[in-house]
Amino acid sequence: MVNIGSLWQYLALHSTLSGDSTNTNNTANNLAKMGLAAYTLPALPYAYDALEPHISAQIMELHHARHHQAYVTNLNKALESHVAAVAAGDVAAQIALQQVVKFNGGGHINHSLFWKNLAPAGSEDASVAQAKGLVAEIEKTWGSFDGFKTAFSAALMGIQGSGWGWLVKEAGNGAGLRIVTTKDQDPVVGGDVPVFGVDMWEHAYYLQYLNGKAAYVENIWNVINWRTAEERFAGRSEEKTEL
Amino acid sequence: MSSTLLRTVPALRGALRASGAPKAAGAMASTSFVRGKATLPDLPYDYGALEPHISGKIMELHHAKHHQTYVNGLNSALQTIGEAESKGDFTKAATVAPLLNFHGGGHINHSLFWENLAPASGEGGGEPDGALKKAIDSDFGSFDTFRAQMNTALAGIQGSGWAWLVKDKAAGTLGLVTRANQDPVSGPYVPLLGIDAWEHAYYLQYENRKAEYFDAIWNVVNWKTVAGRFEKT
Repeated sequence: MVNIGSLWQYLALHSTLSGDSTNTNNTANNLAKMGLAAYTLPALPYAYDALEPHISAQIMELHHARHHQAYVTNLNKALESHVAAVAAGDVAAQIALQQVVKFNGGGHINHSLFWKNLAPAGSEDASVAQAKGLVAEIEKTWGSFDGFKTAFSAALMGIQGSGWGWLVKEAGNGAGLRIVTTKDQDPVVGGDVPVFGVDMWEHAYYLQYLNGKAAYVENIWNVINWRTAEERFAGRSEEKTEL
Repeated sequence: MSSTLLRTVPALRGALRASGAPKAAGAMASTSFVRGKATLPDLPYDYGALEPHISGKIMELHHAKHHQTYVNGLNSALQTIGEAESKGDFTKAATVAPLLNFHGGGHINHSLFWENLAPASGEGGGEPDGALKKAIDSDFGSFDTFRAQMNTALAGIQGSGWAWLVKDKAAGTLGLVTRANQDPVSGPYVPLLGIDAWEHAYYLQYENRKAEYFDAIWNVVNWKTVAGRFEKT
C-alpha cells in the first residue's frame, strides 16, 4: 500500500536496497543506507564455561551464539522492513511488524542485560558485599535478604511458559524496588530500571537441569553479578546508551 | 497402570487376575480410578518408539515428569477451588482460575498429543486419506500447503505454546490455530492434531534448531487418530 505523497521516497528507497534481505550483511547494508546502524551481538564478559557448574558451557554457548544471535538478526530484519513500510506509508505493515520488533528487540535487550548481571561463582562481582546500597533497600522492602530471595524465587517458579523474572527500581519519586515477571521476550519498559533479570525460558537451563527448574533457580543465586546490580540500582550504569 | 496397558498386555492381565494381586489392585484404585481426580494416561507406545524423530529421553521426561506435573497441578487447583467453594470464598476460587487453565490445559493438550502421534514403523507418518484428506485439500489447497502453513504457524510462536489443526464446529471447516503456553483449544474449535512447540518437547535432541523438529514430527503423526477426531465431530 503506497500513498502518492511518499511514492517517490518509496521508489528511491527500493532502488537502492540490495535484493536479498535474508542475508545478514545485506540487512546491515540496507539499514546503513537508511541511516541506521544494525544491532550486533555483544561479546560475553566471560568465557562460555565461566559459570560452571551452575550453568554449563554448552547452555551458555547455544544461548549466546544461537538464541541471542537469532534475536539480533531478526530484530535487524524487522527494523529494515519497518523503515521500508514507513517510507511506503504502509501503516498496516508497520502495525504487523510491531510485535516482531517487540519480540526480537525484547530478546536482544533482555539477554544483553542478563549476560552482564551474571558473573562466575566465587568472583568478587558475585559477592553480595558489592551491593551495599541495593541490599539495604532490599532489606527495607522485604524485611531480610533471604525474604527477598524467597519471594524472587517464587516469582520465577510461578511463570507459566516462557518469560523472565526481574528486580526493578520503579520510575518516579518513590523509586522503590519491585519484583516483576515479563512473558516471552517482553522487556521491562516505562522507565522502571531493571536491576537484574533471570531467564526462565527452558533453553536457559534444560540441557543441564531438565525439568528440574527449581534447582536452576536455586543455583542462579551463585552467579548473580552484584556489582552490576548495584551500578544499575545506583543509576551509574551506561547500558541504556550502549544498547 | 491403565486400561491401555492392560488391553495390550493380555499376559499381564491374566497374571493379575490369577494371583488376585491385592497389592496391584490397591495401587490401581489409588492411582488410576479415583473418581474426580485427573491421572496420567499411559503412552500408547514405548518411550523409544518415536525414535529417531523424538528421542526416548525426551518422551520419558515429557510424559513422566512434565505431564505428571500438569496432572498434579490440576488436581491441586481443583482441590483448592473445591475447598474455597465449600466455604463460599469465591475470591479465593477465582484466584486459582489461572492455575486451573494452565495445568488443566497442560493435561488436556498432552493427552491429545500422545494419541495423535505414533511410531513411524506403525501408524505414524504418511498422509491422511478419505474424508479428512478431502477436507484438507478443500480448505488448504493441498496436504503440502497445509503442512507448510502448520510449520509456519509453529515457527511463529513467540515463547511456549502449541499449534493445532482444528475443525470449526459451526462452519464445518478446518483451520489452524496457535495457543500460548498451555491454553487449551476451546470455543467453536475441536482439536484434531496438536504439535507441542514448548522447548522441552525438542530441546534435548534439536537444541535451538526447532525447524528440524517441526519437519521431523510429520514422520510420527498418527493420521488414523486425527481422522477419527475429524469424523466424530
